Amino acid sequence: MRKLFAICTVVLVIVALWYAAAVKMNAKWAYDQAARAKVELSFSELVKDTWSQERPVLPAPHQVVKELWGTTVMKKVTSKRSLIFHGWITLEATLLGFAVGTLLGILLSVGIIYIRAMDMSVMPWAIASQTVPILAIAPMIIVVLNSVGIQGLIPKAIISAYLSFFPVLVGMVKGLRSPDHMQLDLLKTYNASKSDAFFKLRLPSSVPYLFTSMKVGIAASLVGTIVGELPTGAIRGLGARLLTGSYYGQTIQMWAALFAAAILAASLVAIVGATEKTVLKRMGMIR
Amino acid sequence: MTLLLIAFAIWIAASYVNVMLSRSSAHKTLLVRFLVPFIFGVTIFIVWELLVRGLNIPMVILPSPSVIATKLASSTGILWADFFQTFVKGALTGYIMGCGAAFLTAILIDRVPFLQLGLLPVGNFVAALPIVGIAPILVMWFGFDWQSKAAVVVIMVFFPMLVNTVQGLSATDHMQRDLMKTYAASYRDTLVKLRLPAAMPFIFNGLKISTTSALIGAIVAEFFGSPIVGMGFRISTEVGKLGLDMVWAEITVAAIAGSVFYGAVAAIEKGVTFWHPSQRG
Repeated sequence: MRKLFAICTVVLVIVALWYAAAVKMNAKWAYDQAARAKVELSFSELVKDTWSQERPVLPAPHQVVKELWGTTVMKKVTSKRSLIFHGWITLEATLLGFAVGTLLGILLSVGIIYIRAMDMSVMPWAIASQTVPILAIAPMIIVVLNSVGIQGLIPKAIISAYLSFFPVLVGMVKGLRSPDHMQLDLLKTYNASKSDAFFKLRLPSSVPYLFTSMKVGIAASLVGTIVGELPTGAIRGLGARLLTGSYYGQTIQMWAALFAAAILAASLVAIVGATEKTVLKRMGMIR
Repeated sequence: MTLLLIAFAIWIAASYVNVMLSRSSAHKTLLVRFLVPFIFGVTIFIVWELLVRGLNIPMVILPSPSVIATKLASSTGILWADFFQTFVKGALTGYIMGCGAAFLTAILIDRVPFLQLGLLPVGNFVAALPIVGIAPILVMWFGFDWQSKAAVVVIMVFFPMLVNTVQGLSATDHMQRDLMKTYAASYRDTLVKLRLPAAMPFIFNGLKISTTSALIGAIVAEFFGSPIVGMGFRISTEVGKLGLDMVWAEITVAAIAGSVFYGAVAAIEKGVTFWHPSQRG
């Protein structure tokens, strides 16, 4: 309860700061307009004006919320201006990429566990690749695949798969290795086969690790998809909304797209988190 | 066709060598642990080169490593200018400012339990968001030059760093803090002599995570507008001109810069947290 109160206070303070910043950052335009119209602005008029400009430097929170409401609930889903439409385009590529990336990560991690040559040759590169700004190759993948005639969903999904692949791989290798010697020895005394050891010990004990890396992976996937929508003047998707907003100075639209992306990311992570909780509960790993 | 066969043969041979090496009794020695990934990497490059040549893959789809290397060697001037603009001016400035600000904020938060209670969940939440998306807005505010890139980097590194530092500051246990109290140590003494050193592994964890996101932020922010220099600018314009050899050269530079940056922070960590169990042995 106290925690909730603290969080609400912090959020309220942030919103208040935001409103104050909106006044300050939009004041110049308001003063310019007033000077042109040869009127003096009182403080209350200034505040009113800065919170309701059409193309503010920093839109006030209620403007963003209004835009979000107007482009999600009030618009038809099929409309080109509906954020749900754009969000779905982004979500589609994210989910496809995430599923493929996670699956490949799990498969490769199984290979790495059992084949030492693979472990020794692939793992150092997989770890090193985490320090490389992989996102930089996103525009190239989009354009190259475009030039061979593949466009739309697939190139974005490839980027998002690539980004979720490495966290899952590294996490799963750790997870599949997490059973200690005692447990493995116990299975040996049971005369358990290799596949028994895998399905009954290694796989179950890797599940917490899998979920942790999936939370990282799905957030990375979404970022990858959004960045993948930036080049080549894509016209659909949240990334494209951001880009067109920045071209035409539609700041409110940009903020709305940004918030939609944030909401999407938060709900995706929350869904993975909730699944984690239920699964671990069913497996008896948490109470 | 022969090139393809050669590529296939080299692949098989290298895999065989790696399997043998990893099965041999020497698989725990440092040399072999280095040699196996090295052979794997070199094989990939050779096979890539041979496949591109053997299948006559056009350069606009995938340039061969040799072409990329030539481009890399012949355009060091441009690459250096891009590197300086993006990495030193954009990423590094933002990294230092962002991490510094997060560190100070964390110490501030630590003194006020109420803030810790409220800000930490918010910080955790923000750290999971696609913050890169704020890049176009910041480019609009701070102009096309490196300032806007640094601003993106500041926001990107701030929250992971904040969360890690706050976590680190609470890493000492009651016994240790009680001991400091029996010494009549002041808040400052406890902070400097006990809690900050104990927080170092966490702080460096945050610093290491931030190296990659700093570089990503600086590069992606340039996709939204930049002066006519910079790694992100070069990548997006050369992609448009289908000059993929230059794109790959920039990516190589970015990869090296990212790894060296990470390596440098990790090396400092090794020096600072030599006492930590993860650094021993």
